Formats: sequence, structure tokens, C-alpha cells
Amino acid sequence: MPKVVYVDFQGNRNELEVANGMTLMQGAVMNGLDGIEGECSGSCACATCHCYVDEAYLDKLPEMSENEDELLDGTASERLGTSRLSCQIRMTDDLDGIVVQLPEEQ
Amino acid sequence: MTGVVIIGGGHAGFQCIDSLRKGGYTGPITLIDADPHLPYQRPPLSKGYLLEGAAPDTLLFRTATYYSEQSVELHLGVAATAIDRDNRSVTLSNGVRLSYDQLVLAPGASIRPLKVPDEIAGQVHYIKTLGDIDRISAQLSNAQDLVVVGGGFIGLEFAATACKLGKKVSVLVRGTGLMNQNVTPELSQFMLEQHRAHGADIQLNTSIETVSRLDDGSFEILTTDGRTLSCDMLVAGIGVTPDTRLAEAAGLECDDGIIVDAQCRTSDPVIYAAGDAVSFAHPLADRPIRIESVQNAVDQAKVIAATICGEQAEYDSVPWFWSDQYEFKLQMAGLHAGYDRVVQRGATESGKFTLFLYRGDKLIAVHTVNKPADHMAARKLLAAGVSPSFAEAADESLKLNGLLKR
Ligand SMILES: Cc1cc2nc3c(=O)[nH]c(=O)nc-3n(C[C@H](O)[C@H](O)[C@H](O)COP(=O)(O)OP(=O)(O)OC[C@H]3O[C@@H](n4cnc5c(N)ncnc54)[C@H](O)[C@@H]3O)c2cc1C
Ligand code: FES
Repeated sequence: MPKVVYVDFQGNRNELEVANGMTLMQGAVMNGLDGIEGECSGSCACATCHCYVDEAYLDKLPEMSENEDELLDGTASERLGTSRLSCQIRMTDDLDGIVVQLPEEQ
Repeated sequence: MTGVVIIGGGHAGFQCIDSLRKGGYTGPITLIDADPHLPYQRPPLSKGYLLEGAAPDTLLFRTATYYSEQSVELHLGVAATAIDRDNRSVTLSNGVRLSYDQLVLAPGASIRPLKVPDEIAGQVHYIKTLGDIDRISAQLSNAQDLVVVGGGFIGLEFAATACKLGKKVSVLVRGTGLMNQNVTPELSQFMLEQHRAHGADIQLNTSIETVSRLDDGSFEILTTDGRTLSCDMLVAGIGVTPDTRLAEAAGLECDDGIIVDAQCRTSDPVIYAAGDAVSFAHPLADRPIRIESVQNAVDQAKVIAATICGEQAEYDSVPWFWSDQYEFKLQMAGLHAGYDRVVQRGATESGKFTLFLYRGDKLIAVHTVNKPADHMAARKLLAAGVSPSFAEAADESLKLNGLLKR
């Protein structure tokens, strides 16, 4: 199973197996990882699944929808060039090993 | 010490577990749910779940490991059948008795059944549980014509999903418009046009007069306005009623819901209740209300957990809700009952706009279509009690977040 490395605000690394087709938000939440909330069950409606994606993987991600783009403007922690909503990223073999930083606040 | 017993592992029940442990509660936690699955999320059931053909596991709040790691005792697939308040215990359908120090009732709401003849009742589909949606999905591939009864969120979301799957969908709506209780006439009309544009045959002011089953298994429906429809599947989303049975039988105060105070306590101080099942006085409402939403279930559960952990907590969150229909994301923040003015930002034709609902000059609710950032900002405005002027609300060049900071 492909792996995702979630790095929390304190710098702790958590490597989790996330099945293809699951979103990065689901991978974190279902395993009880703190730092991603996912209040809207991944509907792209709440922005509580904000993460910063390692630059090496940015190009491999699905394109950002207009809704995601707008929601990222209202995140609790600062939006950066690498900001994405983790519920909009589905796991694929291509993304194996992806590293995402979790923000201080959701 | 017998700890906390939770009846119902939906959005409220699950959140209560998570918040209790995060809040430092170390006592025993026991969860009872009549549904055989590990606790799972409902919103995707009428939305992406069917469309994406996703695995049931993707709906789980947590994997099984979580519950063992957090020492949560699960009783799944068994119902709680009685509460004995004098002895502080709960009886389950399998005869087991569990004692509690604190009891949390999170039974949600029960679907309102469609009134049809007995031989047809068993054939009607509802959208409430994973089991329901599995049954739908098993039949859907062989069905071409669907009739959906009900013009509320769940019926419409399902209709949209079915249209996207290429089905021919008719929707029978008893009222004069879609989502009448929950959105303004402007938004209702906008969505009516979208549904029709996507091929759904929406019929207002009508319902089923009679329905019969033909030899080939299909249904023939005569509507109250004299039309005949035939379909392979009949799906109803005509609302829910709060599940107060256990609470009432135990003598807890109920009135269209289990009545709770600001700490989500029932009339018995060691019994709490949260979610779709409860009725409460919200600081933003002038009479007791009941809210069916994830936000409400989650935030009430958080208050219960905090209270059990000995913290001061009060439920006063700004209510919010969302619905996905086709490419439209509707988001509702605040409580709109009693609004007397609507100010719009953004053109309806653009498919992205925000409606500000006022009572007098006080902003009481904000409804958005594909404007998630406005929705997030509106929640903050409503929580802070900030009412932009009508002109500010309408002015697209003013960022809503900016209005908060003044
Ligand atoms: C298809 C669908 C789509 C939805 N979409 C949205 C949406 O987009 N946004 C939104 O905000 N809300 C949505 N909702 C509403 C939201 O899911 C509910 O408001 C929320 O689930 C309420 O949480 P709850 O914990 O009160 O009840 P539920 O989540 O319904 O959980 C109640 C649980 O209690 C169990 N139970 C009941 N009685 C007993 C008993 N006697 N013994 C043991 N177990 C019992 C049931 O099996 C159930 O699992 C949707 C609901 C559905 C059904
Ligand atoms: S989970 Fe709500 S936007 Fe991602």
C-alpha cells in the first residue's frame, strides 16, 4: 500500500499506509492522527483539512478546483504556495511517499 | 466505576468518544449502536459515495484499531431497549445490561415512512444507513426510471446523483418549491432550474395518490395531480422524526426531541443528549429548536465531553450546513427563521453568489452557492454578531473577512 508521511506542527513524522482511492484527509482522520479535522467529510466545504504539500509532489496532484482555491483563502493557518485541502487529494501509486506538513491550526 | 455509556454511534456519539479521550477522560467508555458497522459518516451516502462507487471503509470515522487503542467497548448491531434511571443501567436487545455513571443519548432521528400499501412498503428505498445505500446500489444498475419522493436536501442530492449516473429521475415535491423550509425562495428557484437543466423532472405541489406494483416488478404511480408515472425504483426522502422513544419511556422530558440545556443535559443530570434527537434553546433562536446537521451533532457532543471532563462549556455555536447537488455547493450558516430582507452579492447567472439574510438590520443567516470562502467568513461574522450594512453586503469588492476586523 502506498505511504503518506504526515508531519505535524511540532515536526513529528507519522508514516501511514493509505489505500489507493482514499483521500489524504481520510488517511489521517481514520487513523486518529491529530492536526487534520475533516469536519465536512471531504465535501470541500470546511477547510479543516488544510495541509502543506512537499514541493516535490506538487506537480503530481490533481488540479485545484475553484472551490478549493477559494476555501484556501479562508484557512485558519496561513495559506502558502504549497497549501492544499487534503480531502481533495486521492491516493495513487504515483503519490507513494508524499510528505505533507500539517498547519498549526485548522 | 462504570464510566460513560453512549447510545448511538453516529456523528454525535462518535464525536463524544473522541472528545472525551482528547479531553483526558480515562474512565471506561462503552458505545452501543444498532447498526452493525463501525461508526461511519452519513453525508456522503446521498452524495459522492454512490457516484464514486467508494468502499464502505472510506466512510468510517476511525478504523477498528482506534477503538481498541482508546479502550472503547463496542456493542454493534445491538439496540438499547430500555434505560433504568434508578439503577443507572441500560438494557440491550441481546439481554446484556450495562451500568453507567453518565449516559449519553445520541440516537439521531428515524426516517418518516412513505404511506403506501403494505405490499409496497418493503420495496421503498430510504437513504439513512450504509445498509440502505447498499440495497439501493444493488438495484440501481438494473433500474432506468426512478421516482424520488421529497424535495428536501437528501431527496435532491440523491436525485442529482442518480441523474449524474444517467438515470431518468422524477421528483415529486409536496410543497411549492424545493427545500422550502431551509432556503429562501430565490435559492429554491435557482436550484429548481438547475435540477431541470440537468434532466430531473421535478413536479411541485404533488405527491403519490396510489401506487401499485406491476408483474414485471416496476411501479405504477398515480399522483395527486392526476399524472401517471412508472418507475423501476421508488426512493423516499420525506424527512425524519427525532428518536425519543427510549428517553420518553425513561421519563425524560421530550417535546419534538429530547429536551436539553446549554450543557446538553436532559432532565436527569447524569443523562446527556446530542444531535438530531434533541430540542434545545439556542441563543440565536427565540424558541426551542432541533437541528439536523453534522455541525450540531459534533458541537453538542463536544460540549458534553467537556462537561463530563469537568470543564465549563456551553452550546452556542453558529449553526451551519451544506449540501452538494450537481456542481453546486450550497452552504447555509446561521438560523434564518424570521428574516425580512435578502441582500445578494454576485449574480445568480454566474452560479456563484451569496445571500445575506437580515431581520431588521441584524444579519441572521448567510446562504451561499459555490462561495465557500464567503461561507467561512460569514460564520465568523455571525459568531461575532457583526452585521454588515446592506450596501457592504452587496459589494463584491469588499472582502467579508475585512468586515470582521473593524
Ligand atoms: C444521507 C444523508 C446525508 C446527509 N447530509 C448532510 C450534509 O451534507 N450536511 C450535514 O450537516 N448533515 C447531513 N446529514 C445529517 C447528519 O448526518 C445528521 O444530522 C447527523 O448524522 C446527526 O447525528 P446524530 O449522531 O444525532 O445521529 P446519527 O448520525 O443518525 O446517528 C444515530 C445512531 O444511533 C443509532 N441508534 C438509534 N437508536 C438506537 C438504539 N436504541 N440503540 C442503539 N443504537 C441506536 C443509530 O443506529 C445511528 O447509528 C445527512 C444525513 C443523511 C442521512
Ligand atoms: S474535509 Fe472539509 S474541506 Fe476537506
